[in-house]
Amino acid sequence: MNSYDDLEQYCSNTAVITGHSEEISYAELLETADNIGQQLPNRCLVFVVCKNCFESVAGYIGFIRARAALVLIPDAIDNKFFAKLLETYKPGYIYLPKEQPLLLSNVEIVSSHRSYTLHKTNYCIDYSLHDDLAMLVSTSGSTGSRKFVRQSYGNVNSNAGAIGQYLGITSADRPITTLPMSYTYALSIINSHLLKGASIILTEASLMEKRFWEALRDNNATTFGGVPYSFEMLQKLRFEEMDLPSIRYITQAGGKLNLDLTSEFVENCAQKDIEFIVMYGQAEAAPRMSYLPWQHARTKIGSVGIAIPGGKFWLEDECGNEIIDSDATGELVYQGDNVTMGYAESRFDLRKGDENNGILHTGDLASRDADGFYYITGRKKRFLKMYGHRVNLDEIEDLVRAAGHNCACVGTDDKLKIYFTKPGENDRIVSYVSKRTGINTAGFVSVYIDEIPRNESGKVLYSALG
Amino acid sequence: MDNKQKYDQVFIDCFSIDKSTLNEDLVYNTIESWDSIGHMGLIAALEEAFDIVMETDDIIDFSSYEKGFEILLGYGIEF
Repeated sequence: MNSYDDLEQYCSNTAVITGHSEEISYAELLETADNIGQQLPNRCLVFVVCKNCFESVAGYIGFIRARAALVLIPDAIDNKFFAKLLETYKPGYIYLPKEQPLLLSNVEIVSSHRSYTLHKTNYCIDYSLHDDLAMLVSTSGSTGSRKFVRQSYGNVNSNAGAIGQYLGITSADRPITTLPMSYTYALSIINSHLLKGASIILTEASLMEKRFWEALRDNNATTFGGVPYSFEMLQKLRFEEMDLPSIRYITQAGGKLNLDLTSEFVENCAQKDIEFIVMYGQAEAAPRMSYLPWQHARTKIGSVGIAIPGGKFWLEDECGNEIIDSDATGELVYQGDNVTMGYAESRFDLRKGDENNGILHTGDLASRDADGFYYITGRKKRFLKMYGHRVNLDEIEDLVRAAGHNCACVGTDDKLKIYFTKPGENDRIVSYVSKRTGINTAGFVSVYIDEIPRNESGKVLYSALG
Repeated sequence: MDNKQKYDQVFIDCFSIDKSTLNEDLVYNTIESWDSIGHMGLIAALEEAFDIVMETDDIIDFSSYEKGFEILLGYGIEF
């Protein structure tokens, strides 16, 4: 089952509008995509270094149609980390931009596709791929972890279909990109729109650049998505004063938007006749699990809404029993065809089948009101959502320790605090963590302390760190 | 501190960079810290330092260290 096999039905539609305002039809997109896909002799693993450009999208679709399993990698990836990923997963092929400054050794160029080239590696392929495995997606959206989620073809189809249904996506829609396509939320926007025959406006520019707004206006974009910090930018840009007649709806995901900003955007969008849709998801659910229908945006502020079509939510208490009462807090559990197969931490996990059986314990704490709307209230696990990226505090500690520093991390979604015990290293630690995670240094603060507080059994006393 | 010094200090503080890098080569997205998030911080810091509120068009047009002089001039800030 692979809906990308059916894109031919949209042949004459425009599939992609590039950063140079070049319009590319589905027929042309598929020709390029299949040309790239045909270079692969058999089912194999491909690293795709992504940019928001035509070549990247064409490669993505070509590989999916050719039944290659993909790993989507942001082009901003750090060289050292890329090398580690290569050693961990030993892909058969690497598809990347020609000007990419990544170091490749023992590879040969197979083919060239405009600004991208396809390389074959010389790795001894000592692993196999499960038949259902479509792609590996990063859990963090950033580049800090080697742990990926295993998404099946069924996951991609199911989630893209559900999103298309609740957003009412049609072939007339024209989403503009705001986030890198290697990021699971951005990819779901691309998937859900391509499978409806819509036209994707691709741009490398951020909301803070003139080029973005020119592309949006010149191409009559009908929608875009944003993570919480995107809305902080839009606020800074005085969104309320903008004239955006072509925009039909705006979605928000990638972390919880604070209540003030939510209210502000609900009102401002209503005035502009724009549907504002708050959503919730995780890479583990490929990624969408819920949405707040825009008609309820005002009355259910702060809610992540209801489960997507085909999905189901419930809450569990600490013993794993279902919580029936409304307004009680428990762990949010989701069931649906989009729940991914499980994790991969190395190439030897790629042969594994479905380990989740359609059920995901989200690790988020939530409550449900009497009308059945869900509200995220906290987290069971030690992670933050920084600029839309999931950041696991334990993984950051491992990263800093690997660089030879004793440390402990705590923080909030807008500031991760790194406590460490070696004087005079503040700036170096922040720039190191920023580089390795791909997150701006503004998100981190390093604090020197004499000693990491621990209890008698040696566990870090996080409560003693502010 | 005169306006030029104030302006320079905002860049130095926001992007953790050295004074010697403040020149015509300092352009949006050419250093890691000046990405979209860094840009938001830069604009907020400039608004505070000069007690101004910048227009949308100026925020998105503020693409380099050099360009900034021209934009701030529009708010009566002379260098």
